[in-house]
Amino acid sequence: MLYAILCYHDEDLVGSWSKEQDTAVMKKLAVVQDRLRTQGQLGPVARLLPTTSATTLRKDDPPVVLDGPYAETKEQLLGFYIVDCGNLDEAVDVARDLGAANPGGAYEIRPVGLFQPGDRLK
Amino acid sequence: MTDTAWIDAAFTSARPQAVGALLRYFRNLDTAEEAFQNACLRALNSWPQNGPPRDPAAWLIMVGRNVAIDEVRRNRKQEPLPEDEAISDLEDAEEAMAERLDGSHYRDDILRLLFICCHPDLPATQQIALALRIVSGLSVKQIARAFLVSEAAIEQRITRAKARVADADVPFETPGAAERAERLSAVAAMVYLIFNEGYSAAGDTAEIRSPFCEEAIRLARLLLRLFQSEPEIMGLTALLLLQHARAAARFDADGTLVLLDDQDRSLWNQQMIAEGLALIDKAMRHRRSGPYQIQAAIAALHARAARPEDTDWAQIDLLYGALEIVQPSPVVTLNRAVAVSKVRGPQAALEMIEPLAMRLSNYFHYFGVRGAFLMQLGRNQEARVAFDRAIALANTSAEAAHIRMHLDRLMRDSAPRAAKVSQ
Repeated sequence: MLYAILCYHDEDLVGSWSKEQDTAVMKKLAVVQDRLRTQGQLGPVARLLPTTSATTLRKDDPPVVLDGPYAETKEQLLGFYIVDCGNLDEAVDVARDLGAANPGGAYEIRPVGLFQPGDRLK
Repeated sequence: MTDTAWIDAAFTSARPQAVGALLRYFRNLDTAEEAFQNACLRALNSWPQNGPPRDPAAWLIMVGRNVAIDEVRRNRKQEPLPEDEAISDLEDAEEAMAERLDGSHYRDDILRLLFICCHPDLPATQQIALALRIVSGLSVKQIARAFLVSEAAIEQRITRAKARVADADVPFETPGAAERAERLSAVAAMVYLIFNEGYSAAGDTAEIRSPFCEEAIRLARLLLRLFQSEPEIMGLTALLLLQHARAAARFDADGTLVLLDDQDRSLWNQQMIAEGLALIDKAMRHRRSGPYQIQAAIAALHARAARPEDTDWAQIDLLYGALEIVQPSPVVTLNRAVAVSKVRGPQAALEMIEPLAMRLSNYFHYFGVRGAFLMQLGRNQEARVAFDRAIALANTSAEAAHIRMHLDRLMRDSAPRAAKVSQ
């Protein structure tokens, strides 16, 4: 079974870490990741940019593009995509296409700051 | 001893919202600050045992408000004359929990708090000191250290600023859309001012002043969370991130300023660059341009260039052209000329800055840039005159040292060679 582990924290707090603090945390995480990687258990890893960089597509009819993260709590996170686009416009277009195929709910579009593909996982 | 770092972080993060809300209740900056301090003291007793509250800002607002109201009541028993006006909304103090947790007010609370600090009557240094003390919660000692002045001087600066804003009568009603936009624009300018106070520091003080840059970025992010659809706030945040990303490369070991062309680009902070690029990309979608977005777009072109020769100077020239239209200034034209020198050569650039001579006759960078163009054209005698004038006008030792480097090069090389111009 594949599991997704979703990371939640106070971004204000994480954002206030100094570069040294941030590097120290990433280093400690890398130790765990390395172990998982050698065991062939690690899939893609992504660190998202802050929610201030987020854009949300509400899949209403017609769909509405809003600045900012998805703020509602009455819906639940059901899945995610990683797509490679030239800019935000393209990413929003992809989200529109997906939304047309599956209306209702919303997509939050967040730039990925750090990405490790994790190719060993089948 | 338990680790209380998380509590400090929670105080810092909750501070703008909490002090902003307390200011709305008490309509007095000192009372609001004192109420917040008292709430923090109680939190230090309560949080380590009970764990952090679900919403630290709401907790601090509620406790701060109750403590302050208790105090006023106690004082009333001592004084026969009650002062109802001293506290607004006193009657709903007991049932206000729901409202406190509701975020509908807090955007205007924070904006008001920031807006008070950038009152037009306050000189820039007072605005900065007040904002860092009240909104960011930096101690007088921290601010004094960054400004390189005594704590007493900062204390006085803040007291004077507070006295001025107390007389200023900033309205406490929810602002209308036009007024909100006006406040936002004044606050954005102040955030940029705070950033520049740190960014323009010389090599020997850059380290000490970097908290100014970090605080400005934190405030810009805060504004962006409150006003998620404002492209100029996206632009401002992007601009600060893209500029600060270069901090580690801007000075060498001796504290001498290293120009963009000569910087070790591997020292640039890629995380900040990624965030800045994402924000400017997001802002551009709105097709509502403005000075912060244009400047961020220029910074983005520098950030995107892996090597100096990869820089898209033609695009930078166009962007400065756009900036000249929305924010005309001889300094903008001077910066544009640097891009023009790369695209169309030093002669065209020199012609572009000739008309600025009168207005920039006391401006260090004008003579530095002019000297560099003349040097590229092989007009070494004229270049030397310009560089001498630049040294006389230098604001920092780093600026003067940089020009002396050019002069040394002029002395060494009889043949003309391309000079690095400041950006």
